[in-house]
Amino acid sequence: MIRNLTHLKPGEQGIVSGFSDEELSVKLMEMGCLPGVTVRYNFSAPLGDPICISVSGYELSLRLEEAATVHIVQ
Amino acid sequence: MKGRLKVALVGNPNSGKSSLFNRLTGLKQQTANFPGVTVERHIGLMHLANGTQAEITDLPGLYSLYPRSLDERIVSAYLLNHQSPNCPDVVVVVADATNLKRSLLLLTQITDVGLPVVLALNMIDQAAKAGINYDINTLQNLLGVRIVPTNARTGYGVDDLKLALQEKPISRQKPVYILPEEVGAAVQEFREMTGVDNDYEAYQLLEQPAAPSFLSEQQKEMINQVRKKHHLFPGKYHGAETIQRYSYIQDLLDRVTIRQADEAWKKYSYRLDRVLTHKVWGYVIFFAILLLIFQSIFSWATAPMDWIDSLFAQLSSYLNAVLPQGPVAELLANGIVPGIGGIVMFVPQIALLFGFISLLEESGYMARVVFIMDKIMRRFGLNGRSVVPLMSGVACAIPAILSTRMIDNRKERLITILVTPLMSCSARIPVFTLLIALVIPQRTLFGVFNLQGLTLMALYLLGFLAAVSMAWIMNKLIRSGDRSYLLLELPPYRLPRWGNVGITILDKTRSFVFEAGKIILAISIVLWVLASYGPAQKMEEAEQRGISQSRTLRLSEEETHDRIAAMQLEQSYAGHIGRAMEPAIRPLGYDWKIGIALLTSFAAREVFVGTMATIYSIGSRADDENTVKSRLQQEINPETGGPRFTFATGISLLLFYTFAMQCMSTLAVVYRETRTWKWPAVQLLIMSLLAYLSAFAAYQLLS
Repeated sequence: MIRNLTHLKPGEQGIVSGFSDEELSVKLMEMGCLPGVTVRYNFSAPLGDPICISVSGYELSLRLEEAATVHIVQ
Repeated sequence: MKGRLKVALVGNPNSGKSSLFNRLTGLKQQTANFPGVTVERHIGLMHLANGTQAEITDLPGLYSLYPRSLDERIVSAYLLNHQSPNCPDVVVVVADATNLKRSLLLLTQITDVGLPVVLALNMIDQAAKAGINYDINTLQNLLGVRIVPTNARTGYGVDDLKLALQEKPISRQKPVYILPEEVGAAVQEFREMTGVDNDYEAYQLLEQPAAPSFLSEQQKEMINQVRKKHHLFPGKYHGAETIQRYSYIQDLLDRVTIRQADEAWKKYSYRLDRVLTHKVWGYVIFFAILLLIFQSIFSWATAPMDWIDSLFAQLSSYLNAVLPQGPVAELLANGIVPGIGGIVMFVPQIALLFGFISLLEESGYMARVVFIMDKIMRRFGLNGRSVVPLMSGVACAIPAILSTRMIDNRKERLITILVTPLMSCSARIPVFTLLIALVIPQRTLFGVFNLQGLTLMALYLLGFLAAVSMAWIMNKLIRSGDRSYLLLELPPYRLPRWGNVGITILDKTRSFVFEAGKIILAISIVLWVLASYGPAQKMEEAEQRGISQSRTLRLSEEETHDRIAAMQLEQSYAGHIGRAMEPAIRPLGYDWKIGIALLTSFAAREVFVGTMATIYSIGSRADDENTVKSRLQQEINPETGGPRFTFATGISLLLFYTFAMQCMSTLAVVYRETRTWKWPAVQLLIMSLLAYLSAFAAYQLLS
């Protein structure tokens, strides 16, 4: 099974390996979330969605459905 | 404007760009429109040491020249419109030195367009604290732009930046992004067709999904031709471009970074986030902050508001006493002065609210509000980002609607625009307070709650509920293929800079006073004329009738004067209009005098109190001690013999003002922002219906 960002637990890290959504990937890459870059899952919002990750030296929040399009390897 | 150096200030959101702008220009700021389009821009003037005057344009924050939101589209178009006389002579890219990588994406795009760039390496102190150290000389040489380390909070480096702007701008020679071979011919052809003088600019125009507004229809057609011929489509190489740029940037950073960031500097932010985005405490704290804001608006702002109110009342009666009697004195004392007073009275509340909002934004907390509210707002077809406009809407819908530009999804932005005017803005406060004081008894419930205060809170809640319900319905009705995104940066918490907060307050208050002020002032003059003049014969008759009635009743001179004035008001143009409306508003419990106030309130609702004051002061001009409230209390309903403002009429009016779309400035702004009359018309219709029906139901049930 391909793992994606939502499979990480708080504090865990992974490396971006690809995307499953072309349109979204362009925006994510502009925000520094590129293949080969390390991401860390920080915490989720009170209702479980959206989540906060650390990537390229800053904190980015994105919705679960957006996070699910980011493939990672650990 | 010749000889001025045109400087554009661009940067990522949260890069401290506005702080730097404030540092550079101080209070010499103004808003102007972008030529051709009615989009506001912030410009500031400054003098450089060599005597040159520089005009700085502060542009909304963005991450890339490929725009996502309307705000970003404006910046992108501004930077790509090379041929325009407004094209900047030099672009200052403000970058957060603790997070340089992402800023360099934007910077390399701008250098590729051929614009000379100065890089302001801002927050350099924080970078130092985080342990980051760059070899700035090497970075400068490799990037081919001037670099100035700055700290906008303390003003460090600002003078160096000014010196850098004096020097002859340098442009990077070699593009960072090598265009794919396949598009070379297309770009060449497009350049020959349009005269665009830069490869990357031509490429951007071909790649961007929506053609920038400055292009002519003919040029847009050319874009389509070239795309078709060369099998291009928008965004075809966008991903590849981003990867290539970042690989260049990573390589660059590897060469110039002497020491990397030590993540420990963010530990305070992490700790704060654990509390502020906590399952329970996150919401508790957010609502506590909201409560604090409302509390302060209602308690702290009342003293200065009362003071302003009485100041203008005194000025009015002073003018009445000093000026020789006549139409000029009347217009000044009873039309213009109360009109201006009605605007100035709101300043304390607007200033306080924008002060709070700006504090929350400066500290980085606002991004967390978006974060914790996003899921809830999404259910109603809104976006976490809609929270900011909705909150600002409590002060004034005009700046609130302007702030929706940062919502990138068109449908969510539209819905936010449509429902924001339902949030009770500060212009409703004087109407609410006056009416509540009239019909709600001053009583305490359960020992602590003030009944009048509770009523006020209930009205705010009602407005909010109406806003989310309308959003929910609109979400079902409006179809849209656009996808909704969040992708929001959560910046580290920072202590707000008071100077920035102060400038924001000044700026927002000033634009409110002038934007809304013009309309309100005009209305109060028109109203005064309508209420003071009428068909000559009818006015004459009214006067005669008044005199003869007064004789039979043996009234004093003053009472006679009042009676004549009241009879004349009824025969004035305003009286005629009010009478004509009466059948429509009688079921709501209103008479023709309230009708006039309703009518003028459609221009701006705060006019209500002023109108009431005008209508009733025409009836009794000499007694300056009388406040509007006591005059209304004395008003008798001739049909019942009881007071005009009964409980039922009062509640009906309160509901009407909660829901009605009574603000011409807002409608104008909605038109400007949606570029069609359809949405302001929809808004006006729905809100008027809601107002009329709820007021009708309330009056019929309660009377």
